[in-house]
Parts: sequence; C-alpha cells; structure tokens
Amino acid sequence: MREVMTKTMARNVFYGGSLFFILVFLAMSFHSVGYVVNKSTASAEITEEVALGKHVWEKHACINCHTIMGEGAYFAPELQNVMSRWGVSDDPEGAFDAMQGWMEAQPSGIEGRRQMPQFNLSDEEIRGLSEFFLWVGKVDTQGWPPNDAG
Amino acid sequence: MKYQSQKVAYWYFLTAMAVFAVQGLGGRWAGCSYIAPNFWADVVPFNIVRMLHTNSLIVWLLLGFFGAAYFLVPEESEREIHSPMLAYIQLGILVLGTAGVVVTYLFDLFPGHWLLGKEGREFIEQPVWVKLGIVVASLIFLFNITMTVLKGRKTAITNVLLLGLWGLVLLFLFSFYNPTNLVLDKMFWWYIVHLWVEGTWELVMASILAFLLLKLTGVDREIVEKWLYVIVATALFSGILGTGHHYYWIGLPSYWQWVGSIFSALEVVPFFAMMSFSFVMVWMGRRDHPNKAALLWALGAATVAFFGAGVWGFLHTLHGVNYYTHGTQITAAHGHLAFFGAYVSVNLAIITYAMPILRGRDPYNQVMNMVSFWLMTGGMAFMTFVLTFAGTIQTHMQRVLGENFMEIQESMHLFYIMRWGAGLAVVVGAILFIYAQLVIHDKPKSASSEG
Repeated sequence: MREVMTKTMARNVFYGGSLFFILVFLAMSFHSVGYVVNKSTASAEITEEVALGKHVWEKHACINCHTIMGEGAYFAPELQNVMSRWGVSDDPEGAFDAMQGWMEAQPSGIEGRRQMPQFNLSDEEIRGLSEFFLWVGKVDTQGWPPNDAG
Repeated sequence: MKYQSQKVAYWYFLTAMAVFAVQGLGGRWAGCSYIAPNFWADVVPFNIVRMLHTNSLIVWLLLGFFGAAYFLVPEESEREIHSPMLAYIQLGILVLGTAGVVVTYLFDLFPGHWLLGKEGREFIEQPVWVKLGIVVASLIFLFNITMTVLKGRKTAITNVLLLGLWGLVLLFLFSFYNPTNLVLDKMFWWYIVHLWVEGTWELVMASILAFLLLKLTGVDREIVEKWLYVIVATALFSGILGTGHHYYWIGLPSYWQWVGSIFSALEVVPFFAMMSFSFVMVWMGRRDHPNKAALLWALGAATVAFFGAGVWGFLHTLHGVNYYTHGTQITAAHGHLAFFGAYVSVNLAIITYAMPILRGRDPYNQVMNMVSFWLMTGGMAFMTFVLTFAGTIQTHMQRVLGENFMEIQESMHLFYIMRWGAGLAVVVGAILFIYAQLVIHDKPKSASSEG
C-alpha cells in the first residue's frame, strides 16, 4: 500500500474531495430552499398565528416528548398529522376547539398512562398552536407518515 | 507530562466526568418515566429530564474533546499551550453556562424570553445567553489551540483535529438561525446535528484515535497519518451528502431519498475503516504499552462505533425502510449505541490514557477500569437490543397496521423495564470508571509513565 499511495496524496484527496462534496451539498441545499419556499410549503401561508404557534411549541420544549415529521423524542405521539388524525384539518374552528379541549384536560391523571403537563396556555396561544399544526399538516412530506397513527 | 500546560486537560476531564455522571442519572430518571409515568410526571416532566440527558451528553463530550486537544496538541506541536490562562477562562465560561442551563430547565425560568428563556429546538434548547457564551468560549479555544499549532510542529493529527474543531464551532452558528418556516428550520438544524456527529466529530474522533494508537502501539507515524487522511476522507465523502437521510420526510425534494440512501449507506465505510485500522495497528505495533485499559477503550470505541453508528445506522437509513421506521424506538436504539461507541468511548479512552500521565503516575486501577468498560459496553449493547425489539414491534403495529401510538407503547412495557436495567449497568460502570480515575490507594511512583 505504501507504493500505491503516499501521505501527501491521501491528504490532497481528502482536502480536494471534501471541498467538492461541500460544494455539491451547498448547491443542492440552495435548490432545496427554493423548493421549500415555492413548492412544499407554498400551499399554506405562514401567518402571525402560525409563527406564534411555533414559538409556543418551542417555549414549552414540546419536541422533547413528541415528534414532528418524525423528529424529536419518542415518548408521545407524532404531531405533523395531528389535525388529520383529529379529523379537523379543513376546519380551523374545529381545530381550535379540539386543541382547547385537549389542553384543558391535561394532565389526564389516568393511572399508568404518560402524563402531559398543564401549560396554562392563553386562548391566543391555543389558536396559534392549532394554526401551526394546520400549517404543518399541509406541508408536502413525500407521503410520510404512512397512516393516521403517525 | 512532557509539557506543564497539558495540566489544563486534567480540569477539563474532571469536569467532563462530572457532567457524564449527571447525564447517566438523567437517563435513569427519564427511563423511569417510561415505567412509572404518573409518579415521575409530578416531580419533573419528561421533556425537562430528556433535555438534561441530551444536553449534558453534548456538553461533556465537548469538554472531553477540548481536554483531549489541550492534552495532545502540546505533544504533537512540541510546545506549551499558547495561554493556559485562556484555557481556564474558557472552562469557567462553559461551567457557568452549563449551570445556567440546568437551572433554567429545572425551574422553567423566563419561559419564552428571547435572551434568558430556553429555546426549545431539540438539542439546542440552551437560552441565547448560554449560546453566546458557548461561542465566546469556542472562539477562545480556537484561538488558543490554533496559535499553539501554528507556532509548533504541524502533523496530520493536529491538522485533522483542528479542521474538525473549527468545523464544529462554525456549524454551531446555525443555532442562531431559526426561521418561522418549520421545514427550513429543520433543514438547517441538521447542518448542526448531522454535520457534527456524522462529519466534524468524526474528524475529532479519528485524530484522537490516531494519536492514541501512535502512542500505544508504537507504529510508524507515516503509516498512522496516511491512514488518518484516508479515513477522514471516506468520512466526509459519505457524511456530507449523507445528510440527505434526514431530508426524506421533512418537506424537501424527493431526490434526497436516493442521494441520502446511497451516501449514508457509505457512512459505514469510515467506521469499518477505523475499526480495521485500529486492530491492524495493534497487530503491527511492537510496543508493549503498560496502559492496557486505554488500549481496551480505544479498540472498544472503534468497534462499538462500527456497530452503533455503522451497522445500526445502516439498518434504517435506506429510504424504503426509513419510511416505516422513522421516529420510532429504532432511532433511539441507534442513537444510544452510536453516541456511546463513537464519542463516549473515545473520550473515555483518551481520559484513561491521559489521567496517569497528568497525575505523574504509572497507569493505575486498570482492572477496575476494564470492568467498567465491560459493564458500560455490555449495558449499552443490551439496551440497544431491547430498544431494537421494541422499535420493530412499534414499526409493525403503528406504521404497518396503523394502530394508535399510546396503545402500542403499553405492549412495549417489558422492553422499557429491561432498558432501565441495562441503563443501570451503564451508570454503575460509569461511576466505577470515575472512581477508578480519581481514587488511588497506593503511593505515588516515579514519573516513569511518560509516553
């Protein structure tokens, strides 16, 4: 092997090759950003309510129990498709009511069941959260998740 | 110690081990929430405990990397660290930030505040003020270590190590970018998370391993360094476009499914290379180094990284498989063994190697250290197996049959109990490891522990 490749050659291959793959990755990332803005998330507008909902989602570290688009903790259900699971994905008022009812009922106190904390959300925050999940549900995720169970 | 300023590493390693203990206890705590959900929910909610578990992991691994750099760069560069004082200031900032994070999470201080509140994106939940502190500490570190390298001898090991460390710090800057569009948020979030653990961190790991093998086996530097370049080349050639395996289902173009599948399948290569390289070096080497525990950890890191990151990663990386397994306990199984094998073990390897030298002794407590290796590795392997079984059941019942998440979780209860027991073995091993590093019963010997 010593004859086949020297340390200098190996180093040059490493630097040159890495630079090449970084450039390819950046070009694909650039294209992907355009695709996200113009295609996969273009069907629904990011309103102030959606933005507020995302902030609420982050403020309470929801991702450290739930998953969204399959990413997060695996302690609580997937939420990308929660609105279609609840059957309210085309009904913003129904979505708000369902979200409000759910949030008020926590923690359930059912013995042996994982407990979701009471976050004492305002109506405005609940509206934001339901609008956020309606928006997330409209993103084109290449057909994932496979079914309503998420 | 050849160089007095290497002593800096001692304090980094001590802090790292302390946070390691916190991480293990956080893991047991989180594991309790799976088994006895009602009781633990009233004490501290699962999401808070999980943040402590993952954040403390990241912090102590980074502390270990910083310590490793401060330990090995003087030997490689053949000169003292540019400024030990800066290194201690850096450590102080990191300790302060870590304490701030723990208090903010546990007492839910300043929720939603732009500067003081936790940020709530997975793994980068730290409040903005802590993130700024991390950046300041990192810049101090990069300045300090780069100055040391520039003024001294330049080797492939320091080249690769520096490249990895610069890369990981620069990528962390993406944690300040949080677009309201969740898809863009996720896309650039992976710039940190994936390009850390399947990119820049691999460079750090490979250079630490190369340093250890150089010292432990006595193989010719030319050979070690040539293979180091080959290994990190395969790591970045596969790992950069391998980011695509996180881009399948989050609203990005479908071409990522093929790009991600092909390149992330190749991510097995660098881990296989690291494992083969380590064993071949030991086989070729003629040096009979007295620190057997360090050798065990080095070989263990390369081997378990291959299984955890390589094999368990490949298990669910192809998009046709991932469509069903994405975000199940399969991911949790892979995550645990990959982090343990690659990054926990390599840190414990360099700590095991460095501590006797930093304390001016011959290697000590080796049997206890090796017992801790088998306890931790065995426990983590068992945890990975039971979570893989759990994940297989979950994938079938939830993703194929379409049954409700919460109902399936009940049928996985037995696996969660076994996971808790496995985790206990890991924590007992960790405590044993820390004890073996800290407590010495015999008298100090001559400083014959160099090299």
